[in-house]
Amino acid sequence: MVPIGYYLVLSAVLFVIGGVGVLARRNPLQMFMAVELMWNAVNLSFVAFARQYLDMAGHIFVFLVITVAAAEVAIGLAIIVMVFRKREHVDVDDLSLMKG
Amino acid sequence: MLSSVVFWIAAVLAVSGALGVVTTRNPVHTALSLVLTMLSLGVLFLLLHAEFLAVVEVLVYAGAVMVLFLFVVTLLMAGVKPPKEEHHLRLAYQTLIAGLFGLILFVLVLHSVVGAGWVGTLAGPQGGSFGSIASFGTALFTRYLLPFELTAVVLLVAVIGVVVLGREQE
Repeated sequence: MVPIGYYLVLSAVLFVIGGVGVLARRNPLQMFMAVELMWNAVNLSFVAFARQYLDMAGHIFVFLVITVAAAEVAIGLAIIVMVFRKREHVDVDDLSLMKG
Repeated sequence: MLSSVVFWIAAVLAVSGALGVVTTRNPVHTALSLVLTMLSLGVLFLLLHAEFLAVVEVLVYAGAVMVLFLFVVTLLMAGVKPPKEEHHLRLAYQTLIAGLFGLILFVLVLHSVVGAGWVGTLAGPQGGSFGSIASFGTALFTRYLLPFELTAVVLLVAVIGVVVLGREQE
């Protein structure tokens, strides 16, 4: 049986990699995928804790998180498509319209 | 121990997929790396007796959500040239700073995990019906009925929002 700490450390590793991805990438689609990675890392923690405490609440929470993440992906991708449809480069640095 | 072997294989695959998400240049490769991570996470969910969630992870995430991503990638990146290098110099040392922040975050999270004494703790014995689809459904439709209904509202808002955003702008 694998100790729960291993799952938590794996979850932390995935979360941090996702966070670095959000900070380091310029392509909004790749940033968005890194955010998805962070969602998934946290889901792993929830499931691990549910297993530890033998409580279904963690599973329900993951279910809700997946639903909200799907809604977020739909809206976020719609915004990205709307913003970058007419642009030459797909790069968040080009969004400097409100720069002073 | 079969479960430890499966855990380590899935963990290595998940981390390598995550590294692929951060390092690959082509967005299609990024999406495929993310699919690898999600499939590995599905295996880990099975190890943790979250059978329904493992199926949902593979079907909804690795299936539906990533197909949506790939649609948008092909839609947006079709005519786009890869950005030139000087285009990437506007924020200097971005990768370095991101790595530094990531390291700090990792140390903090690891400290809290180790500090709480979780690393050596064995998962408790599996109790009865924990993790089965029947107990999941019972919990979802009795005690957690209100949150479940609220997700319906969230999805409705998402649908309306996408329709409004996706219209042709005048």
